[in-house]
Amino acid sequence: MSPELLSALAIFVLAILVGFEVISKVPATLHTPLMSGANSIHGIVLVGAMLIAAEADNPVSYALAFVAVVFGAMNVVGGYVVTDRMLQMFRRKPAAPTKPEGE
Amino acid sequence: MSPEWIYTFVFLAWLAGAAAFVLGLHQMNSPATARAGNRLSAGGMTLAVLVTIPYLMTRPGGLSTTAIAIIVVGFAIGGGLGLWMARSVQMTAMPQLVSLFNAVGGGAAALVAIDDYLRIVGTDELIVSTAIFVVLGAVIGCVTFSGSLIASGKLQGVIPGKPIMIPGGRIVTLALAIVVVAGLVALVAGAAGVVAIDAGSSIAILAAVVLAGLLFGVTMVLPIGGADMPVVISLLNSFTGTAAAMAGFVLANPVLIIAGALVGASGGILTKLMADAMNRSILNIIAGGFGGGEGSVADTGGPGGSVRSITADDAAIQLAYASSVIVVPGYGLAVAQAQHGVRELAELLESRGVDVKYAIHPVAGRMPGHMNVLLAEANVPYPQLKEMDEINPEFTRCDVALVIGANDVTNPAARRAGTPVSGMPILDVDQAKSIIVIKRSMGRGYAGIDNELYVNPKTAMFFADAKAGLAELITAVKAV
Repeated sequence: MSPELLSALAIFVLAILVGFEVISKVPATLHTPLMSGANSIHGIVLVGAMLIAAEADNPVSYALAFVAVVFGAMNVVGGYVVTDRMLQMFRRKPAAPTKPEGE
Repeated sequence: MSPEWIYTFVFLAWLAGAAAFVLGLHQMNSPATARAGNRLSAGGMTLAVLVTIPYLMTRPGGLSTTAIAIIVVGFAIGGGLGLWMARSVQMTAMPQLVSLFNAVGGGAAALVAIDDYLRIVGTDELIVSTAIFVVLGAVIGCVTFSGSLIASGKLQGVIPGKPIMIPGGRIVTLALAIVVVAGLVALVAGAAGVVAIDAGSSIAILAAVVLAGLLFGVTMVLPIGGADMPVVISLLNSFTGTAAAMAGFVLANPVLIIAGALVGASGGILTKLMADAMNRSILNIIAGGFGGGEGSVADTGGPGGSVRSITADDAAIQLAYASSVIVVPGYGLAVAQAQHGVRELAELLESRGVDVKYAIHPVAGRMPGHMNVLLAEANVPYPQLKEMDEINPEFTRCDVALVIGANDVTNPAARRAGTPVSGMPILDVDQAKSIIVIKRSMGRGYAGIDNELYVNPKTAMFFADAKAGLAELITAVKAV
């Protein structure tokens, strides 16, 4: 395997471990917003869609890249906005406690 | 500036974006910082997407007008649709929207892998590792695309929520798995030069694999009941992350790999937490069938007994003269969209000096934490929402526990061994001095067993739809 692939694999494994650590500390209360927030993050595939759009040089690739960009953008924009809407509701009450829940 | 330098800056910006995702998720630990965390994550995403543009423009070959049009128009359409749906959706319909966004994310990852394969097939660029990542990205992406669409359709009611058994389901699933594995082996062997497969045949094999992945998503989710959809959506969310990471390997792009792996891991943990809270294994859910009404209903061995039913007026008197009430909202409340009714009743009781709290089971609603969101939307003060461990000791001191549309999470049978719900953490509703259950019928929860709580002598059943029942209660309490 090439050095690039090996370092990519290392990054992959470390990112998985980071994901386990970050997530395991979130209280159940925030699991739905969290799922939605994580859902927005995999919208990063939009960057991948842009990369293939730049490489495209035939009608089939144009079509695939176009659909990929539409899908990716929908995932990113919709995901973040709906997560923000959910989280906004947790903060409307001035009496909301600042202490961390469920730790 | 030379392209190498630009790539360095772009790479660093991608890295900064990835760091923002990690820090943003970390801030979602606590309600106080969660919103800031999500915005940090969104900022990282904006940065990562924006810096991709100068990178594409300065690469050898540059960015063609067609490519610019694809990116700009595609973003406007996709982003506009996403924005509109996210803004206009009812909060009760939010789980299916998340599932829909998950579906398109998976679809995008699959398309990226497929398109890259079409570009490099038959060239020197196609190496063994790329072939592996292409097949994995395409298959996982396709499974989450079709699977999430089905899950979304089930929650929306477009597709029946009850488990749909496919004739010969296991054989179909096995056949699809064989197609995927055989296709993977063939494409890898082709890329390695072990066997000679021309470009046309390779594409045909990939098409078969993609089709099998799409069908697999359908056959995987159809047999699963609506109550289990949260776990399925979470699992598919994790899959999409993994698919994005695979697409990252195909394109040798670090930010896709990091973000995808992060979501893959987070979705996995979240799925396990949800399944644990329901005392079910993920495999068990995916295998389906549990509580599917195939006549294998377990005898809970609990005390038999008659059910006492109560009218709205009697229930209102009990509530109005209680000094403390704990509301236990569940799936039925979410389905009936009765969260505003609950808040109104609670405020009415509070105005009479009754202490009102809400006991939130970790899996109440349609997703973990969904109930908190629904009640927060109905302006229920956040401090009144108590998590299970916090509220359970308080049931012994409470006069009335008002159970609205919650079933299995209140079943005392969970404390004994040998029942389908054994070991599931439950709310200790039976410890309350008296219990009122608002429920449409004596129907069973998804565990498919009777709830012993309902035959408890302290329990009174108020048979009504959650929303209509609450409206009756509110009127009755006002009249007290």
